[in-house]
Amino acid sequence: MRAKHFCSACGKVQPAVPVDYFTFFGFPRKLELDTAALEKEFYALSRHLHPDVFAQSNDQERAWSLEQSSMLNDAYRTLKDPIKRTEYLLRLEGVELGEQSKQATEKARATGQLKKQVVPADLLEEVFELNMHLEELRMQKKAGEDDPALLEEIGKAKLSLEAKYEALFNELKQEWKKWDVAVDSGTDQDRKSILARMLDVLNRRNYIRNLVRDVNEAMEN
Amino acid sequence: MATDHIVGIDLGTTNSLVAYMQGDTPAVIPGEDGLNLVPSVVALDGNNQVIVGNPARSYLIDTPDHAVYSVKRLMGRGVEDIREELKLFPFRLADDMHAGEVLRITIGGRSYTPPEISALILRQLKRNAERFFGGPVTKAVITVPAYFNDAQRQATKDAGRIAGLDVLRLVNEPTAAALAYGLDKRKQGIVAVYDFGGGTFDISILKLHDGIFEVVATNGDTHLGGDDIDNLLIAIALDDIQGDLKLDLRRSGEGVQRIRQAVIEAKIALSSQPSIKLDVELPGGQRYRREITREMFEQLIQPVIDRTVGPTNQALKDAGLKPAQIDEVVLVGGSTRIPKVRQLVQDLFGRTPHTDLNPDEVVALGAAVQANILGGGSAVTKEMLLLDVTPLSLGIEVAGGVTDKIILRNSTIPASATQYYTTQVDGQTNVAIHVLQGERELARDCRSLARFDLKGVPPMVAGMPRIEVKFLIDANGILHVSAREQRSGKEAEIEVQPSYGLTDEQVENMLLESFDYAEEDFRQRQMIEARREAETILAALAKGKKNPAWKELASAERTNAEVLEKALIAAKDGNDYQAIRKAIDALNEGTMHLAELMMDTAVSTALKGKAMDDTDLEEGPPTAGHPVAKAEFK
Repeated sequence: MRAKHFCSACGKVQPAVPVDYFTFFGFPRKLELDTAALEKEFYALSRHLHPDVFAQSNDQERAWSLEQSSMLNDAYRTLKDPIKRTEYLLRLEGVELGEQSKQATEKARATGQLKKQVVPADLLEEVFELNMHLEELRMQKKAGEDDPALLEEIGKAKLSLEAKYEALFNELKQEWKKWDVAVDSGTDQDRKSILARMLDVLNRRNYIRNLVRDVNEAMEN
Repeated sequence: MATDHIVGIDLGTTNSLVAYMQGDTPAVIPGEDGLNLVPSVVALDGNNQVIVGNPARSYLIDTPDHAVYSVKRLMGRGVEDIREELKLFPFRLADDMHAGEVLRITIGGRSYTPPEISALILRQLKRNAERFFGGPVTKAVITVPAYFNDAQRQATKDAGRIAGLDVLRLVNEPTAAALAYGLDKRKQGIVAVYDFGGGTFDISILKLHDGIFEVVATNGDTHLGGDDIDNLLIAIALDDIQGDLKLDLRRSGEGVQRIRQAVIEAKIALSSQPSIKLDVELPGGQRYRREITREMFEQLIQPVIDRTVGPTNQALKDAGLKPAQIDEVVLVGGSTRIPKVRQLVQDLFGRTPHTDLNPDEVVALGAAVQANILGGGSAVTKEMLLLDVTPLSLGIEVAGGVTDKIILRNSTIPASATQYYTTQVDGQTNVAIHVLQGERELARDCRSLARFDLKGVPPMVAGMPRIEVKFLIDANGILHVSAREQRSGKEAEIEVQPSYGLTDEQVENMLLESFDYAEEDFRQRQMIEARREAETILAALAKGKKNPAWKELASAERTNAEVLEKALIAAKDGNDYQAIRKAIDALNEGTMHLAELMMDTAVSTALKGKAMDDTDLEEGPPTAGHPVAKAEFK
């Protein structure tokens, strides 16, 4: 059931009810989402809730419309993006997002703090080698030297990382399927372990994203 | 028809316009001079009367310290933001400015904040619309550059309020243009609006879908426009003049303004001619002559127009689109008339841009469309809805001077974010929040939007209060902050005090002052009109006295008419418009018989015939024959 955003009799906006974003749209808390249907629903709700519709209404209705449409926009923005949607679900299910989240990384980069870097086990060897290459590249750049072989090596590593990045997204989608089934018929334990796996995929994915960014920076500078 | 006209206003850097929805079509409302564009120039005449628009332009040359233009560049900005502006524009800051205060500019002997100066322009537009409708206009939609930040938007809204307008919505200029573009086309698909105006550049990418205009990305530069091109040309001219004529005009307001107007004309001409000969009379009588070819011009402006490329590419990237996926490119703003700019757009998008719309008027027309939508819509706008975005990320400063972004740029507005705060010291009752706008990681590189002070937190052990702060960007792109402490249950007790811009009280005072001035203006206008009417009547009476009918009057009637005539002459030289009106009415009354006699005599037929040539006498009621009363139509 979609939350009641406007009066079904008169079409006027109603005060916002604190609901999660899935409920706001009347969707189950599932991750495989028909984004075309989401967009359609977003447009339909916008036509009822947007402040433009209430420009000439009383203060109370205008305030409700502002609150409702901001929630609608926040919900749409979050749900239409597959990664944001997954992260939102994890938070909703009480899972703390790890240190690899984009926000935490940006904060650490800006302050120059060393961030806890938990290297995913399957990447240990690759990352170790890449970091050595990057260090070498930085030293060469400082000395004004140019080593095409090294650049080629780093380029190859980058391609491999990018492929893994893509593969992780597919892995995440597999977990979505399992989650959606578990919502209807799984046990608490099933759901917990799926959530944990999704968190792990997201963390690995974020780790690779940060690594690729480091590579790009090293190659550009 | 007479009630509640909501107008759309394009408050531009160079020109401003007011438009309304005429049935199914938006139309610009012309000024008294019949022109659609009102130059955004404000001047004070010798009597400190405010002059706006075309008549104000001559003051830029004659008394440059009594006039101001391009004030939009100063909206919502602090002294520290405008150093570059001051080098290029003849803005004179008030002498007694304090740090952190809203800017004040002197015009003549008075000082005005940028919102007040903008309000003078808005009042002129309001007046034009009121004359057009024959009734009051109190509600408006005003456009702003899409890339305007919160402070610039707030300043624009304040300007509207000072002008006595209820600003129902601020609409982004490129979005407004898209509304005007999409209205008659009923288009679907992806549209890019490239808006290069007098002082600002915006690029917006929209998805048009069944009447929904959804902005997907926007970018721009609020200090990039035709003004910058003018300044390059002025700089060259000043150098030439110093070199060739040994004349340094840099400090001559008049000299610079003469050159400025000449180079603007040259710039415009170069869009249609291969070369142009500048010939400017300088103060002191010498002439500056120079030929500029289009090639030279294009080379000169290349760096300026290249600055639009970065924002355009960023907007495409943010929208996740390749240039080939754009279905149509719409050009807005006077600077897009420059062939080199059109070429650049064509190269950027790989397609010929759409140029059917008048780039000077399309934004105002779109504002009128939005005004119509907000007024409840009509058949043509009923299904239309605009979903715009915030152009800049909103962040708060966290430990280490870092920006923590809480609402990302290109988020559909209204948008909100909630953050939780607590205290660090036992019994602490205030919490400071530093709100920033911008994309950079460090707080010092973003624009400081406001420092909010949350006051009245109930005293508790450090870390105990849980203060929920809600940041909400409304449909105008303006930030609202509200806070409540949740542990003590004392909701909504937290006072939020922003640290920038005009306070509500200041705006109210300015509004009252402008009412005072409006009253003054009203009196002035009434005086002028009453005097004009008196003069026409007196002239008609003078003619009537030469008419044979005058002799037919009783001598008492003639004496009476002459007494009333003298009374009107006396009143006309006084300062009381109501006294003039009374004297006019009395004279009308006292010459009624004369008018009747003139109507009855054969001579009156001749007079009537003459009157019919240049008045609409024949359409009037029987009293239309009254020569005195009718004379005002001449």
